[in-house]
Amino acid sequence: MTLIRKPLSRRSILRAGAAGGALLATPTIFTSRAWSQGYLNEPTGSTVTLGFNVPQTGPYADEGADELRAYELAVEHLNGEGDGGMMSTFSSKALKGNGILGKKVEYVTGDTQTKSDAARASAKSMIEKDGAIMITGGSSSGVAVAVQALCQEAGVIFMAGLTHSNDTTGKDRRANGFRHFFNSYMSGAALAPVLKNAYGDDRKAYHLTADYNWGYTTEQAVRESTEAMGWETVETVKTPLAATDFSAYITPVLQSDADVLVLNHYGGNMVNSLTNAVQFGLRDRVVNGRDFAIVVPLYSRLMAKGAGENVKGIFGSTNWHWSLQDEGSKAFVRSFGQKYGFPPSQAAHTCYVQALLYADACERAGTFNPCGVVEALEGFEFDGLGNGKTLYRAEDHQCFKDVLVVKGKENPSSEFDLLEIVEVTPVEQVTYAPDHPQFAGGALGTCNSGA
Amino acid sequence: MLGLNKKDSSLFLLVLLLVIFAPFLLNPFPENSELAQFNAGYPDLMQRFLIFGIFAIGFNILFGLTGYLSFGHAAFLGVGSYAGVWMMKLLTMNVLPAIIISVIFAGLFSLLVGYISLRRSGIYFSILTLAFAQMSFSLAYSVLTPITAGETGLQLALDDPRILGVSQVDGTIPLAHFFGLNMRESYELAMGGWLFTFNAGYYLCAVIMMIAFYVAIRIFRSPFGMMLRAVKSNQQRMNFTGLNSRPYTLAAFVISGMYAGLAGGLMVAMDPLAGAERMQWTASGEVVLMTILGGAGTLIGPVLGAGFIKYLENIFSKINDNILYEWFSALPTAVADVLVFVIHPFIGKGWHLTLGIMFMLIVIFLPGGIMEGFQRIGKMFSRKKKTATGPSGAAPAPAE
Repeated sequence: MTLIRKPLSRRSILRAGAAGGALLATPTIFTSRAWSQGYLNEPTGSTVTLGFNVPQTGPYADEGADELRAYELAVEHLNGEGDGGMMSTFSSKALKGNGILGKKVEYVTGDTQTKSDAARASAKSMIEKDGAIMITGGSSSGVAVAVQALCQEAGVIFMAGLTHSNDTTGKDRRANGFRHFFNSYMSGAALAPVLKNAYGDDRKAYHLTADYNWGYTTEQAVRESTEAMGWETVETVKTPLAATDFSAYITPVLQSDADVLVLNHYGGNMVNSLTNAVQFGLRDRVVNGRDFAIVVPLYSRLMAKGAGENVKGIFGSTNWHWSLQDEGSKAFVRSFGQKYGFPPSQAAHTCYVQALLYADACERAGTFNPCGVVEALEGFEFDGLGNGKTLYRAEDHQCFKDVLVVKGKENPSSEFDLLEIVEVTPVEQVTYAPDHPQFAGGALGTCNSGA
Repeated sequence: MLGLNKKDSSLFLLVLLLVIFAPFLLNPFPENSELAQFNAGYPDLMQRFLIFGIFAIGFNILFGLTGYLSFGHAAFLGVGSYAGVWMMKLLTMNVLPAIIISVIFAGLFSLLVGYISLRRSGIYFSILTLAFAQMSFSLAYSVLTPITAGETGLQLALDDPRILGVSQVDGTIPLAHFFGLNMRESYELAMGGWLFTFNAGYYLCAVIMMIAFYVAIRIFRSPFGMMLRAVKSNQQRMNFTGLNSRPYTLAAFVISGMYAGLAGGLMVAMDPLAGAERMQWTASGEVVLMTILGGAGTLIGPVLGAGFIKYLENIFSKINDNILYEWFSALPTAVADVLVFVIHPFIGKGWHLTLGIMFMLIVIFLPGGIMEGFQRIGKMFSRKKKTATGPSGAAPAPAE
């Protein structure tokens, strides 16, 4: 019997190496991080990571860019750099400018692409890979609702960015999600009295509505509040979201006996539909002996810029405007302007405020634990963040504050000075019961800390 | 092995090993290093690699074998997703029924679309499928809002009936599971500076992907696969010989639709939400890109293409200027500024640009996709082997 002795081959060396490596690794192998922590992504080092999930491409990229600027500014202020912005006017004094709970604030960014799937993928990678303890941002309700559900499931806090649909804090509300921005119902409730004063209480309204969730809730909100004061809704027509030419939808308006056109459109949709409406001479039209009027429920400065001349004299509502003269707004506009050279949009404002509110809630709760933060934010009353006295309602995690009714300015002095504030509708007028029919069907559930 | 020839067996084993050890392979950089940015070994992305791999394998059965370019495959993925979520809402949070129903619904829908679209070939076929997909997208986005929840996407709620399960546990929605194994369950392994995550959902995807891959190999090597190849090379001649090619193309179309549905079902199983954007034409275009990028008609190419695109989308889009400045912090500020200025358009929101450039380069220089690149490298080595003197180990032969 002969033993064939093979020469040492590359393969056998590799095999021995791998076995040896596995053997060496064994002692450290059973140290799972999951066991040591009380909640998901608990920051253990000297820093804490926040996830800024904003649209960087797609139809709302402009808003997203402005949101990101606001977040960067907020991080600066939280870490004690810059002039502190609204931290000095904020009624809660828990923030000291040394990060959050003494930990330096770091952040990761992601692109939602204004698609639920992409937004969730980006948020997931922030949670799973970068260890983000809070996700914030977004410029569409679809994305907000999707990411909010994800954060609830994973066990981190979600601070919504720009999202106006009732559903975010209505039927799709979640315990881990919070919204500072106002909603469709509030737009309707704030606009109705102003419209009544301006145009009377016996108008006939024609609605053009973007054919998706936000469009539906806005149409419903505006229709219900205008009908309550005596207006009649002649017709509501849904327009495809991808439409760029609305002439085919404007012509029937001319043939109807409507004397008000409500454009439940946002972003590029609104810019195009308003431009078409003006081109068709709707503004110079006289029906039933009265001037024809156009209303845009949700206004933003970026939209006003897009529509240019056409916005003059047209009513709408907005969450915040940089021309507000309270101390908080002035401080914010000043530090934003110093850093970037132009005034912030309402998207930037709501995102900046959300970041501050989150940090403040952590400080007051004394922990990053999502359940502690939820408790600190629920029923929290504050002031000095640009919207006057504000309440984070515990029942649905919606902020209640004054709503601005604005009008396209007749003589704009600069490319940013396009809207003028007509009325600040007090918070009592836009408050509703948590189980209001427009918000029914949802439940917060209980907070999830991912433990 | 398993009725595969030697070459296919080794390919199958290679893929199996890659999939099993992906958590290690995709996390090559230590947790706290600067390069950790490029790690892709976190559960969500790893699941996506596999799911889109399945999607691309299925698409390749149609496009790679018959040459029929469907521009509407995302519709089947979307239909599968919606069916899956409804299953989770109505029946149980166990992912198995959801996945099965996804495949069935996508199969039925593709039967309908295929029956109509396959009456034409070439560009007309592509346009018909595109039209169907866009139609499905528009329906899901607005008209069918009661079923699809429109823009916000179909999600689970606290008051879902879930006949075979529970509606809620202490005010939270129960998590998706596979006979009790929670899909989010992860085991983390710390080794020195490295952290590896082994996720239950990922391994479920891995098992299903390997089955899907195996079936694809069998189809490629079967007489049926040969018929499909005949359709690609000359359908007219096939018809003239008296063969009716329609049943074959329709079968291929339905099979690839079912693969898409399987991918949709798995997406839902990993993350219970179905959005309409999943059906948009860009999503259909993406799978075409994946297949061409990896190598149409090859077994493993589409999976590589899927991984490539998903990697760019998830990793490159997250690099921002701050991270760049951190990388270049050792350099003088002026130099760093210039470098950041040059790189800026290609990262963050510019990842599409990077993808576009890569796609152009690959299509121009490697018309056979990434697989052709591997083949060329393989050839280079085999040529060296001939000239080399003395014994040498077997050079790794390209699998396909």
